[in-house]
Amino acid sequence: MIPLSFLLALLVCAGALIAAGVALATASRATAVLGAGLVSLFASVLFVILAAPDVAMTEAAIGSGLTTFLFFFVMGRIRREGGK
Amino acid sequence: MSTRHILIAGLLGLLGLAFWHLAADYLPDAALNPTAAYYAAHAADQTGAPNLVTGIIITWRGLDTLGEVTVLFLTSAIVALVLAQSKAPAGAAGPGFLPAGELLATGTRMLLPLIALFGAYVIANGHLSPGGGFQGGAVLASGVLLALLAQPRMRIGHALLARVESVSGLGYILVGLAGLAFASGFLDTAFLPLGRFGALLSAGAIPLISVLIGLKVGAEFATILQSLEEGEDAAQEEDAA
Repeated sequence: MIPLSFLLALLVCAGALIAAGVALATASRATAVLGAGLVSLFASVLFVILAAPDVAMTEAAIGSGLTTFLFFFVMGRIRREGGK
Repeated sequence: MSTRHILIAGLLGLLGLAFWHLAADYLPDAALNPTAAYYAAHAADQTGAPNLVTGIIITWRGLDTLGEVTVLFLTSAIVALVLAQSKAPAGAAGPGFLPAGELLATGTRMLLPLIALFGAYVIANGHLSPGGGFQGGAVLASGVLLALLAQPRMRIGHALLARVESVSGLGYILVGLAGLAFASGFLDTAFLPLGRFGALLSAGAIPLISVLIGLKVGAEFATILQSLEEGEDAAQEEDAA
């Protein structure tokens, strides 16, 4: 009997891989950034499954929250100030 | 396919090979190494923190934590420095951030106090439950991010953020020096009584250091986010002028 947490971890890994694939394949820059953020979110769920809630908290707040919006802030600045 | 593509593919292949070797040779350790075994055996009674992770990273690995916080400070300083140099070229027009929708504005009013409360909880209970200064500071900063998204015009004074950041940084160093003076070394937290195991005010100076790190990390992230947002604002004002 395979433990449930292992199946859950496999599911989360598959989700992270799909999100990474979307981030690579998409033509839209915003979708790519969101895909990368989704990878972080799946990673933080994986950390919870691996019994590391401290790391999961950091990953969720910084990896998927702050970094994603940092990208959007920077993209907004480039759009405004980029040589046109 | 150009040579550039071949080069990139070759580099990626090498990286994959390196990772493959690491993964193929991986054997789980049969036992903890001596340092880890010592930490696991003595963390609870020597640091007084039920959450061993925070107990270890604030006491024995306190220098690492100080280093992390310093790196974050350097990052926020460099972001501010670089952005202060960049000027919007004349005639750079185009939509900035759209005004926040009704949903975001209302949701922020409801969520922001909860996020701040959760951040404060994570910081204050860092030695009891998962979390700690760094995590709680990041949660506080994500609250600032939400507020910035809901009200792009909102500003927290740079002077206030800088003061919070430097006072908590200085406090962290002073607590570390107090460990040097009254306990066994720099960043030793045992100069305050360990207290009752599991109580909110226990584990020596760990809660104090958690609060200082939380404030410092929160202020640093808030500075980074706000200085990135501010450029938008300055550019918009230039457009309006």
